[in-house]
Amino acid sequence: MNKFIKILVLVFTFAPIFATAQSNDANKARGGKFALTNAKIYTVTNGVIENGTIIINNGVIEAVGANIKIPADAEVFDYQGKEIYPGMIDSGTQLGLKEIGSISEAQDFREFGDVTPQMQALTAVNPNSVAIPVTRISGVTTTLTMPDGGVLPGTAATINLFGYTPDQMYAGSKGVVMNFPSAQRRRRQTEEQAEKARANALKTVDEAWDKAEVYAKIQNSPDARYYPEMEALADVVNGDMLLYIEVNTAKDILSALDWVKERGYKKVVFTGVSEGWRVADKLAKAGIPVIAGPVQAIPTRQSDAYDAAYANPGVMQKAGVKVALRTGDTENSRNLPYHAGFAAAYGMGREEALKAITINAAEIMGVGNEIGSIEVGKKANLFVSTGDPFETSTQILNVFIDGYLVPMTSRQTELYDEFLHRVPGAQKEKVETDG
Amino acid sequence: MKGLNMNKISLITVLFLLVATVTQAQVKKGDVLIKNGTLLTITNGTLENTDILVQNGKISKIGKNIKAPKGVDVIDATGQFVMPGIIDAHSHIAGTSINEGTSQVTAEVSMEDVVNPFDVSIYRALAGGVTTINLMHGSANVIGGRNETLKLRYGTTNPDDLRFEDAPRTIKFALGENPTRGGRSRGIQPQSRMGVEAMLRNSFSEALVYKKAWDDYRSDKSKRKVTPKYSLRMETLVDILEGKILVHCHSYRADEIYMLMKVFSDFGIKKLTFQHANEAYKVAPELAAFGASASVFADWWAYKLEVYYSTAYNAAILTKNGVTTSINSDSGELIRHLFHEAAKTQKYGNLSDSEALALITLNPAKQLGIDDRVGSLEKGKDADITIFDKHPLSTYAIPQMTFVDGVKYFDKATDAKDQRIFVNPESSIDVVQIFDREEQHQCMQDAEMVDFNVLFNNK
Repeated sequence: MNKFIKILVLVFTFAPIFATAQSNDANKARGGKFALTNAKIYTVTNGVIENGTIIINNGVIEAVGANIKIPADAEVFDYQGKEIYPGMIDSGTQLGLKEIGSISEAQDFREFGDVTPQMQALTAVNPNSVAIPVTRISGVTTTLTMPDGGVLPGTAATINLFGYTPDQMYAGSKGVVMNFPSAQRRRRQTEEQAEKARANALKTVDEAWDKAEVYAKIQNSPDARYYPEMEALADVVNGDMLLYIEVNTAKDILSALDWVKERGYKKVVFTGVSEGWRVADKLAKAGIPVIAGPVQAIPTRQSDAYDAAYANPGVMQKAGVKVALRTGDTENSRNLPYHAGFAAAYGMGREEALKAITINAAEIMGVGNEIGSIEVGKKANLFVSTGDPFETSTQILNVFIDGYLVPMTSRQTELYDEFLHRVPGAQKEKVETDG
Repeated sequence: MKGLNMNKISLITVLFLLVATVTQAQVKKGDVLIKNGTLLTITNGTLENTDILVQNGKISKIGKNIKAPKGVDVIDATGQFVMPGIIDAHSHIAGTSINEGTSQVTAEVSMEDVVNPFDVSIYRALAGGVTTINLMHGSANVIGGRNETLKLRYGTTNPDDLRFEDAPRTIKFALGENPTRGGRSRGIQPQSRMGVEAMLRNSFSEALVYKKAWDDYRSDKSKRKVTPKYSLRMETLVDILEGKILVHCHSYRADEIYMLMKVFSDFGIKKLTFQHANEAYKVAPELAAFGASASVFADWWAYKLEVYYSTAYNAAILTKNGVTTSINSDSGELIRHLFHEAAKTQKYGNLSDSEALALITLNPAKQLGIDDRVGSLEKGKDADITIFDKHPLSTYAIPQMTFVDGVKYFDKATDAKDQRIFVNPESSIDVVQIFDREEQHQCMQDAEMVDFNVLFNNK
């Protein structure tokens, strides 16, 4: 009798759990050995394969080409008439660090203090941010997520948009962020105030880096004290870490070019670069790659052409600058292909714009051997679409991140499913029941 | 004799003034023949290889092989797409101020007093194919000021020339976080959505009392009757009650949207458009039943708590539930690519080309009460026309020409870089403003007693 009750209790306790687990499987990602066949494959680095196959195994691309033998144990996806692209990379967001714009408690991208390069964006990435599935089902598989605030606000990290811990999401690249002291006047600032602010910021910057250069020499001596700010900067000085310099006006870009030359740091990337088109030749000559954007933006000056921001990436790319693109957005990082589309339409061309959100971004971040194109040995970050992802009429059908097939749902699609034909509608009818 | 002379002189003066006013109010009207384009008419499908003749600012003929009348410019639109000028039902460009935040009810003020014809954003909007905007009051207060419907006749220095002649009056209301935030920062009502409803009901009840006082006064035959106090604020509210002013209400959450429909039902107010309305999709059947419409973003969300439960499928859900829906910009940036914003409804909800294009043409025209004049390519309508090199729902489409009343205000081929019509001689040459998307949310501009940025910024 006792035993029977126990069984009954067990059944009633676990039955709902089993049921839930089963029905939720559709919302779970899964790994495995996949064969994606009959698709038009945009490898980005090795041209377009008209009718090709990709084998994904153990998280990586095991084979890609026109005549690939499909392993017997692979799950086959027939993508006849569909296109496959490498996962798009948004090279500048606060994804995972900012959940709701107006609520400071829901934001973790800004720390107190001017010089805080040791602050790690990666540690504050919330893998369960609602915006992450919203972004990845649009084919954006990877973002550079950045701290902001002071002169040296922290260390940015490149993350893949699937995983349950920051480490599962980490895509292997970090970089110290620096807001280059700007000669630009802020709102309600006089020119003298602006100049003073710039001079102060520049002093802060130079003092920090002077110290860092000394620290880099002595950091391994047993007498060196623990100095987390300098540890972070010394990595840049030693050439082990990227330095992302946010700089936008033409005048500031030129100052920043001089500053970098003087300091001699090796792994430098300029970000923002809104007026890069004014000094594109100088940027190209210095060989410093840029992360430009947002592309859908208002020109920096009232006197500028209406399309100056749309055309900016194309002008720089044509001058010989290596260009990646960013949305500079968080919740709408999903619009990355449209920023790229505008850059393409206004001078960059489709092929280069596609590179700017795939391989260029990966190479600039130093992970070009792992992501950014469809090549054997690379991480299986890719998506399947009905056509050109820059077009809004195109649907993204499947997304693979780190070899996982991720569910094509987000809170936004769930709300659509619930409310397209709401039950009850305008009239709530009483449901007849027996009891 | 003397008196008669005076009368004559007065009459002549009045006549002269009238003529002068009429002449001044006359805006440029153009004649043009656009040949051989693909016409996206909105109301009559797509017409391939078709001509469109404009005379005196109006569309006079649509058909094949139309001959150009003498002296009329001909534009060859072969391979190009011709559509009605884009209409933005929510904009703050061309305004020198946005909010009159001194009271929670400011129905007496109007954006017509703050129109700024020098704003270069007008040209940039034209370069995005936009011809008409609803210059809106901000959302700091529950009943804000009246809006002004404008045609983007860039180049004039006279604010009156931008007015959309004879467009119905519209007014801005606001629910939710913005007006309650204003209440909290000042220590007054409303500080909650309860207070917002109470304030609306109070205002309209007061307006009914005001109206009764005036109605009684007018029907009173007594010689010793006393004139009631005049209030422009109350006059405006009475006009809303009588359906003479269309209400455009800033709102986000489904509950507050539903609340306003109940309030309006109780007071018999019918003409209602919800602005932003990120959660309108949750009460789409109720909106359809009421006959209210919605003017929404394509995909903006998460910038505050009340838009956290948004979905980019909003416009599609509303459209498929029979709600007249438009896509707006509320931004000097977005306004430049509303065609692209509308196109996102094909990704989010599979809207057809004509449904998507109606979101930025005929539907906003309906919401502003100007659909008899603009919003489609039809004979007799104003010649507000935009020409694209590719289908406007393609990301690659670039607007080529934009006409208002048949006059060309934008031409990509002859576009000069610097389009300012007023240059402040005291401004430095290289004033640079780096684009900040957050700053595009202009609804609360000038509205706050406390500058939140200063308060929470460490610098």
